[in-house]
Amino acid sequence: MRAIEADNLVVRVGGRRGRNAVNGLGLRLSRGVHGLLGPNGAGKTTLIRTLATVQRPTSGSLSLLGQPVGGGLRPVRRRLGYLPQHFGFYKRFKVREFVEYMAWLKEMPSRRIPGAVASSLERVGLADRADDPMKALSGGMVRRVGIAQAIVNTPDVLLLDEPTVGLDPAQRLRFRELVAELGEQSCVLISTHLVEDVAAACTDVVLVAEGSVVFQGTPADLVNAGTPEHVGDSPIERGYSALITTRSGGAW
Amino acid sequence: MTAHHPTDQSLRRYERGDDDIPADELWAVESHLENCAPCRARLVPDPVATAVWAELQPALDRTPQMPRARRRWNGWFSPAAAPWLAMVVLVTAAAVALDRLGLMAGERVSVVLLVAPLLPVLGVAASWSRALDPAHELVSATPRAGLPLVFRRTAAVLAVVVPGLSLAGLVTGVGFTLWLLPCLAFTVGTLALGTLVGITRAALALTAAWATAIAGPPLLFQRTPLLLDTALTPLWLALLAAGLVVVVLRRMAFTRLETNL
Repeated sequence: MRAIEADNLVVRVGGRRGRNAVNGLGLRLSRGVHGLLGPNGAGKTTLIRTLATVQRPTSGSLSLLGQPVGGGLRPVRRRLGYLPQHFGFYKRFKVREFVEYMAWLKEMPSRRIPGAVASSLERVGLADRADDPMKALSGGMVRRVGIAQAIVNTPDVLLLDEPTVGLDPAQRLRFRELVAELGEQSCVLISTHLVEDVAAACTDVVLVAEGSVVFQGTPADLVNAGTPEHVGDSPIERGYSALITTRSGGAW
Repeated sequence: MTAHHPTDQSLRRYERGDDDIPADELWAVESHLENCAPCRARLVPDPVATAVWAELQPALDRTPQMPRARRRWNGWFSPAAAPWLAMVVLVTAAAVALDRLGLMAGERVSVVLLVAPLLPVLGVAASWSRALDPAHELVSATPRAGLPLVFRRTAAVLAVVVPGLSLAGLVTGVGFTLWLLPCLAFTVGTLALGTLVGITRAALALTAAWATAIAGPPLLFQRTPLLLDTALTPLWLALLAAGLVVVVLRRMAFTRLETNL
């Protein structure tokens, strides 16, 4: 059973005069850490939202953990972890309280909640800030609370939209270790615009442009796609720009 | 239990509380001591170590958590709605004050009656609107999103609005029967219309409709609006029922982002 199976997925955003942010996309992902790369406006966030079941696909089929996503979302959602790109939170909540609230919303059994909250805060290195109010945290810490609430229910599918924004270099290294651990048990999909994060943390790369998958393979395959003539500071960046520019015909 | 016990030197350093012990060594010593009674005995003569440990252990096993009352509160009230609910209480008090001051003197129009249906609309909008709830996207993606949470949060809003209005009714002498049904119908109406056009827009539309059709004329012409007549009870009941049907049929809307524009 695949964790994520999408076929011919179309997601229209922006109402009647909108556009297809995801356009005929096919994707199969199992356990491991998958990096979702692509230029701005390629449909990464819409795709992640659709996989998180908060955006309804316009057409095509989508299955999560072997269940077609349609009517009854609750069983699937209990096994999902989701960090949106704009992680909003309640300023007056304490860190522990916020993660406990999210665990309750995810319908975790109440006797398991305190332990799960403590261990997820420990995993993101915020155990000592658990009783601080959310509004007292720095941007990087808020992002880490976002990761903690996503993993509190030990999800089988973990969707992280730009999780490394606001993290300093040391925190990003720690984050990569954490996702590598998580990827052993579950299917982790990380949307990012930082090509080097993908090179370091992911077992698999999915490249999207204009709403569909243009490449799926290992980071090494992505490196091989590039030649020294392509734009980029590292081999993997050259591979990325080789695959993107051949499609859209320009670096911007 | 590990066979590698810390050396005398590192135990001594740990005991002295040296602050130049490398973090990994410190953690290793500490976690070893948690599990190894003989080493704890090396640290301090036995009766002391055992006594201290006996007092410490229960504290280590207890995971801190937020107070029960706070947890129960969050289960019903939307965390984003608190300031708006406070405002609902204030508006109720202001309406009572206006009535008592007799701004509508000589006529039977009560300000309490005129604002009654709008108060829950405000509360419902605050509980479900994307614009007012910062964690909206997170909450929508959870299994509890949807009808169960909608009913909890709406019940919480009504638990503030209805007692407040009852009290206001007692003070100003406005009958229960006059305001309760319009109040409930507007609550459900906001949710029902919200599943179609978004909660914020629904709240604005209903407020505008109420202001023009019902609250406006009496304020201008000083008489109890036709729609608040008890003879119209069946109409309000029908609207309430229709609203409930729409909410149940369109329940999936509360689990998606599109509804809550």
